[in-house]
Amino acid sequence: MVKLLFSLTLAGLVFTTAFTQKEKDFRTYDFEGLEQRFRNGNDTLYVVNFWATWCKPCVEELPYLEAFHEKYKSDKVKVLLVSLDFKKHVDSKLIPFLEKHKLKAEVVHLDDPKAHIWIDLVDPSWSGAIPATIARKGKNENFHEGSFPDMKSIEAFVNVLL
Amino acid sequence: MKNLVTVVMALLMGFTLAFANGGPSGYEVGDKAEDFKLKNIDGKMVSLSDFKEAKGFIVIFTCNHCPYAKLYEDRIIELNNKYAPKGYPVIAINPNDPEVQPEDSFDKMQMRAKEKGFTFPYLFDDGQTVYPKFGATRTPHVYLLDKSLTVRYIGAIDDSPQDADAVQVKYVENAINAISKGKNPEPAETKAIGCSIKYKRS
Repeated sequence: MVKLLFSLTLAGLVFTTAFTQKEKDFRTYDFEGLEQRFRNGNDTLYVVNFWATWCKPCVEELPYLEAFHEKYKSDKVKVLLVSLDFKKHVDSKLIPFLEKHKLKAEVVHLDDPKAHIWIDLVDPSWSGAIPATIARKGKNENFHEGSFPDMKSIEAFVNVLL
Repeated sequence: MKNLVTVVMALLMGFTLAFANGGPSGYEVGDKAEDFKLKNIDGKMVSLSDFKEAKGFIVIFTCNHCPYAKLYEDRIIELNNKYAPKGYPVIAINPNDPEVQPEDSFDKMQMRAKEKGFTFPYLFDDGQTVYPKFGATRTPHVYLLDKSLTVRYIGAIDDSPQDADAVQVKYVENAINAISKGKNPEPAETKAIGCSIKYKRS
């Protein structure tokens, strides 16, 4: 009996893990974890965009970030799309959005309530409104609050670092 | 030649000024805010000078559509219920252009205020002339003014947007308590994630 229960539990665990992996294929970070993804001393050009499914101007500029990612994906360029969707909306909003739009650039979820601290750590000039984008190469950074009207403006934004 | 130099100088100055005014700058803590006259959801025009008894104002740029603004609706009602009787009414202002964000039209403001039972003025920044003077960039964005309309605190309502039960610091309440005791709020400025204010690209 104990053995049966154990097997059932194990089967349940395996099932749950497989199920979860299928549903959610992005990572969730606190700010410290996120920062290690782009402030890590290597020579990749990072473009880190803060967005959310509910933010209209953010969703409108996603195609330009995607186009930028597609154009430079064979170079040392990494686009990170950092979703600020609320934790309680990950299953109901973020996952369905990603399933629908099948974004090519990597999406991560930032779940860190201490925005009053980490906003300044992203860039002191950031008011906290989204969208906002930071580019980093080596030790140089450029920051933009607001959306990009096209892919060219993203290229111009990162070009100052190159 | 001298004339030409003058013209060029004047042009340069104009250019600099245009940029200075066009930037995201606005009031800082310590600046005196200009009064305004904006239409309330009941159709009446409202100015800060209408509140003869007020000791200060909790000016909040907020709106209907923004999920962060929605998270704070109940907390804004509570703020007004607690502090309006003490002389610090909430003055909510919708800064968004409804042509860009139709959820934030005047009609929808009236509907939302009725649904939620707003007990404070909910003003429409028609023509978007007021929010740039304040320098508001997002919703919700709070400016606490004292009786002389001097800006004493700018920023977030508290430190936990997504979970009202997890609030550790009530920034606005602390700031009101500080100024009512003749002290300066600490912190005098905070940041929070919010929705950008919606305006037409020129």
